[in-house]
Amino acid sequence: MVAVIIDGLSWALLTAGAAFVFVGGLGALRLPNFYTRMHAASLTDAMGTILILTGIMLQSALSLPTIKLLAILGFLLVTGPTASYALANAALLSGLRPEADSIEHQG
Amino acid sequence: MYFVVAVAILVTMCLALARALGGPTVYDRVLAVNMFGTKTALLLAVLAFMFGRPDFLDLALAYALINFISVLAVLAFFQNRRTNARQPDEI
Repeated sequence: MVAVIIDGLSWALLTAGAAFVFVGGLGALRLPNFYTRMHAASLTDAMGTILILTGIMLQSALSLPTIKLLAILGFLLVTGPTASYALANAALLSGLRPEADSIEHQG
Repeated sequence: MYFVVAVAILVTMCLALARALGGPTVYDRVLAVNMFGTKTALLLAVLAFMFGRPDFLDLALAYALINFISVLAVLAFFQNRRTNARQPDEI
């Protein structure tokens, strides 16, 4: 009974993670300017990583792979936002201004 | 079910690759490459359990490390080039 519940929870997390990852890819391709694309990519990167890796972690019983998955999760969660911050900072310093009304003009 | 997740991640990698090829600024390309690297680590973790070979998790960890370092290195390169190129104008 407990195994079935854990299995179902794991599949639900994996499916939600796949949906988040796909939406992030779609947003990074389709949104109109750089900062909106970065917002889509970086947010869904973090959420998809958490959901998918937690789903896999529930599938593996408590063992060495679980610890490795925890290490991957922790590392991705530290480096992903850091890389996003560095990227936004570099873009802003190089003179790429975020324009609030560019969406209406392009629509 | 692992198969569905793997396919979703692969499709997302293709979308990121399209953005990397067609991105108007260099920062769009760096963003797409960063996303591609993160998705590679995730895909390796999923494939490890799909094929029942947990050794792949080490590869995923190495990919995550390499990706982070390479993004920061590329950004530092472009930032240096940008400030070096701009200095004669400002003087």
